Amino acid sequence: MTPTATAKTASQRDIDREIAEADGSRPGASHPARDYASYRSSVLRHPEQQLVVVEDPEAVELSGPVFGVTDVTGLDNDLTRRHAGEPLGERITVTGRVLDRDGRPVTGQLVEIWQANASGRYAHQRDAHSAPLDPNFTGTGRCLTDAEGRYHFTTIKPGAYPWRNHTNAWRPAHIHFSLFGQAFTQRLVTQMYFPGDPLFPYDPILQSVTEAKARERLISTYDHDLSVPEWSLGYRWDIVLDGPAATWMEEGR
Amino acid sequence: METSRLEPTPSQTVGPFYGYALPFPGGGDIVPPGTPGAVVLRGTVTDGQGLPVPDALVEIWQAGPDGALRGAPGSMRRDPVTGGFLGRTGLDFTGFGRVATDADGHWHVRTLRPGPHREGATPYFAVCLFARGLLHHLHTRIYLPEHAAALEQDPVLGPLPPHRRATLVARAERDDVYRFDLRIQGGAEEETVFFDFP
Ligand SMILES: [Fe+3]
Repeated sequence: MTPTATAKTASQRDIDREIAEADGSRPGASHPARDYASYRSSVLRHPEQQLVVVEDPEAVELSGPVFGVTDVTGLDNDLTRRHAGEPLGERITVTGRVLDRDGRPVTGQLVEIWQANASGRYAHQRDAHSAPLDPNFTGTGRCLTDAEGRYHFTTIKPGAYPWRNHTNAWRPAHIHFSLFGQAFTQRLVTQMYFPGDPLFPYDPILQSVTEAKARERLISTYDHDLSVPEWSLGYRWDIVLDGPAATWMEEGR
Repeated sequence: METSRLEPTPSQTVGPFYGYALPFPGGGDIVPPGTPGAVVLRGTVTDGQGLPVPDALVEIWQAGPDGALRGAPGSMRRDPVTGGFLGRTGLDFTGFGRVATDADGHWHVRTLRPGPHREGATPYFAVCLFARGLLHHLHTRIYLPEHAAALEQDPVLGPLPPHRRATLVARAERDDVYRFDLRIQGGAEEETVFFDFP
C-alpha cells in the first residue's frame, strides 16, 4: 500500500490493485488494520506506535456504561414512524442477537443505528450527494437488547452513495451500528451490509477487513421467515463483540 | 486462540455522518454545571499533520469519586411522550460521557474526579475515540497530574519512555480545568499512547 497515492486522486483500478494486494494478508484477523491506506482518510488518522497491551483483570475498561428503559422510547426502533408520512423505499426489518465471544447474550445494552435514505442521502448537512432528501425519513434509531440479546429495527433499505475516496467511489448499501457490551473493551462501531451487493469488491471500507471469512460476518442474511406479509422484508444479522470483560460483572447484571 | 470461541464482528469506521445519531444534548455534562467538585476535561483531537480532527467522537467511562464502577442508566434519557431528549437527571452519576469534536477539533466534558477503582489503584478516565478515517476505535486513558508520579511505578505504564507516559497525563490549565490533547498520529514524541485489551 502506497501512502504516496494520496497525492492525486486514485482511479478505481488503482484501488482495486491495492485491495487485491492486501486481500488475505492477515490470516485470522477480524478487525481492519488501522493503516489500511486504500481508505485514504486513514493515512493521517492511525497511530504509528505500537498499542500498549493491558492485561489488568481490574482495569476500569473491563466494566462499562449502563443503559436502561429511560434511555429509549418504544418508537426509537422504528425509523419509519418519525414523521407525519411514510418514508419512500423498501420497508425492512433488521434483527439479530448481540453475543460475546463465549456465546453469551449481551442483555439490556444499547444498540444505535444510522443510515442513508432509500436514495443514498443522509439527513446530515455535510452530505453533499445530490440525491433527494426524504422529509419523512431521518435515519436514526436505537433500542436495548432483550434477555436473549436480541435487537429489532424497522426501517427502509438504504441506497448506495458516492464518496470522494477515489474517482467513481461508491459505498455499498449499509446501516451503521454502534454497540455496547458489558465492558468498555467490548465497544463496537461497525456497518451492516446487504447480501449480494455488486459494490462489495470495489469498496475499500468493507475490503479493509482483508479476510473473506471476517468480511462475511458484516453481511446480513435475507430471512424469508422474518419478512412480514404485505409489510416488510426481513434481514438477520448477529453481532459478536470482541474484548474481555470482568468476570465479576456476570453476577452484578 | 480457543477454537470454541465465536469469531468477532469486525469494526468499521464511524464515518462522517454519525453526527445526528450518536451525540446527544448534555452528552458532555457527566455532572451539571455548578456541581461541587466538578472539573472540566478539554482538549483537541489532531491528526498526523497536527491538524484538528473535526469529525471525531470522544467517549468517557469512569468510576465515581467513591471509586465505584457501577454506572447507572439515564445518560441519554428520552421523553416517552414526545420522543425527545429529557436530559440527565443531574442526580445519578452515570459515569458515561460522549461528545463530538467541533470544527476546531475541540471537545470537553464536565465531570467529577474518579476515585481509586480498587485499593491502591491510580484513578483514571477511560477514553474511547472514534473518527472518520479511523477503521477501528482507539482506547486511551486520562490521568490527572497529581498521579503522574504514581504512574512511574505502574506495571504497564512504568516501563514506557517518560515522554510516552506523559501523553496520558492531563495538564492543569487553571483551577479544575484540565487539558488533554489526543494526537492520533505523531511519531514517537507526540503520539498519544493507545491501549489494546486482548
Ligand atoms: Fe455511511
